[in-house]
Amino acid sequence: MADPTTDPAATLYRTVALVRGFEQRAVELVRAKVVLGGIHPYTGQEAIAAGTCAALRPDDVITSTHRGHGHVLAKGADPARTMAELAGRTTGLNQGRGGSMHAADFGVGVLGANAVVGAAVPIAAGAAWAFRRAGSDRVALTYFGDGAVSQGVVLEAFNLAALWRVPLVLVCENNGFATTMRTADTVAGSILGRAAAFGIPARTVDGTDPEAVRDATAEAVARARAGDGPTLLECTAYRFDAHHTWEHTARPRYRTDAEIAAGRARDPLEIQGARIPAATRAAIDADVAELLDRAVRFACEGPHPDPATALDHLYATGMRARAGAN
Amino acid sequence: MPNLSYLKALNRAIGDEMDRDEAVCVFGEDVGVAVTHATAGLLKRFGPDRVLDTPISEQAFTSFATGAAMAGLRPLIEFQIPALLFLVFEQIANQAHKFSLMTGGQTRVPVTYLLPGSGSRESWAGQHSDHPYSLFAHVGVKTVVPATPADAYGLLATAIRDDDPVVVFAPSGALGVREDLDLARLAPVPLGVGRIHRSGTDVTVVAVGHLVHDALAVAEELAGSISVEVFDPRSLFPFDWSGLAASLERTGRLVVVDDSNRTCGVGGEIIATAAEEMRLIAPPRRVTRPDGAVLPFARGLDLACQPTRAQLRAAVEKAVGAG
Repeated sequence: MADPTTDPAATLYRTVALVRGFEQRAVELVRAKVVLGGIHPYTGQEAIAAGTCAALRPDDVITSTHRGHGHVLAKGADPARTMAELAGRTTGLNQGRGGSMHAADFGVGVLGANAVVGAAVPIAAGAAWAFRRAGSDRVALTYFGDGAVSQGVVLEAFNLAALWRVPLVLVCENNGFATTMRTADTVAGSILGRAAAFGIPARTVDGTDPEAVRDATAEAVARARAGDGPTLLECTAYRFDAHHTWEHTARPRYRTDAEIAAGRARDPLEIQGARIPAATRAAIDADVAELLDRAVRFACEGPHPDPATALDHLYATGMRARAGAN
Repeated sequence: MPNLSYLKALNRAIGDEMDRDEAVCVFGEDVGVAVTHATAGLLKRFGPDRVLDTPISEQAFTSFATGAAMAGLRPLIEFQIPALLFLVFEQIANQAHKFSLMTGGQTRVPVTYLLPGSGSRESWAGQHSDHPYSLFAHVGVKTVVPATPADAYGLLATAIRDDDPVVVFAPSGALGVREDLDLARLAPVPLGVGRIHRSGTDVTVVAVGHLVHDALAVAEELAGSISVEVFDPRSLFPFDWSGLAASLERTGRLVVVDDSNRTCGVGGEIIATAAEEMRLIAPPRRVTRPDGAVLPFARGLDLACQPTRAQLRAAVEKAVGAG
């Protein structure tokens, strides 16, 4: 049986399975009202998180999006503390201050998920520039969706990153929709064309295949470490579920059942699962299920923050803000 | 004793902090040739790895600095035009400011945003004459408005050393102020500590930025009839509430003069807090820009929207008369 701690194919499968299972548990906790505010499920896009992070070193950093659980977990955050963050507990990654859309774990190089579309791209570029200035070969990788390529700040960041050759990997997760708008209805020209305009090498990658994503990312990371600047990877995938769990009640119609079925047919879990022995897969599945059982228990058992601490951490210097009533 | 200009004091603070700490770096448009003079000589002294001329991409380079700060640097960004803060409000108020809380204290964002030439600049018209410090105080971003060369030096040095984002508004009306100073005694000035420029017993005038000099002139005009205390908060967020309370213990009367728009301007907050918590023996008054003001181009129209010494004098006389 392949050992998932040493066999790359098994390791990739394990990450995909972990993210898939985590998302399913998180949706259940949304329905149980343990996770409030809802989540943006990542199901169908797991190969992108798993493949990209497999090509990074622990000391590299990522910035993430509002659909960020997969990135955070693939970079190495503890699933239990991540789930506790979604549940708003003090045991969460951000002590319950960030929640689903802002999960961050600086200890494993996650500089934060960001709820403003495209906003984290220049942040990653700045971190990458700081690494190079410090003489290290660390790189930054930033995720953004197809909707973000119409944000001005993203294109401005492309310009800065290319101009200053910062060690940055730009990962566009093209899941076909900007919320409910089809990519073709929001992107004039093409996503690769955006990069070409700035002289940034770019390619489209099958974002349902973890190994294809990993290999393409490894090339981009090598370019960045060598001082050759940014690369854009457009990773195509299909979002299996709602833009946000809110859709489970509001049920907006913007895609057909047949289209969803066709999208779900190309499943990263099955694609990677087929590459490893059945026994290995079963062992990993069992291990991940147990891990996630523990994560859910840990999240539900964590204390809710004391309301008196609502403004703790507002200032890094510890400055205390005035109360709203006295 | 050297005669130091306000602008040179800003320049000196940046240079001294860059000398002191390798992590300090400067971003901005035309900072290499220093069109505003605030960054004069820094490129030659510290090189292009620490003084970066940026493309005209304010939103990207503002968040670029946030990322650099998260990775250990202490960037200072110079914006030539105060209205650019409207363009990067998302990057400062919604990104840099929120990271400490949202991450549960995992990171800090020590970025300084310097505005050398905020407020009216003698007919630079609608999009170059804003003075939006009240907006930043409102969202809780540390906000300072120095009035004198020594305070410009001291507050900017403190802002650069602060672990949170800080916006430093250098009013165009103060840039020409000069002061005889012993350069060896220039020192950081803490945020949240006001300064009494002139003691008085009848009324406290809280003046923000360049208006401190107008307040001092009015106080001098009224000397002999009304004893005016001129209180300069120096930083608007945090604000020196205890310093103001102590001043009002002495005078009991309050006039605020502030070059921001009236509704939701910081002047309103100062008066509200004084009314709730401090000793007042007469109704407080404020002198501000008009509601929703956009400074018109023609010089007379521009001036008509700014707080004037005549308005301040009238407000002081009313406050004292009402007592």
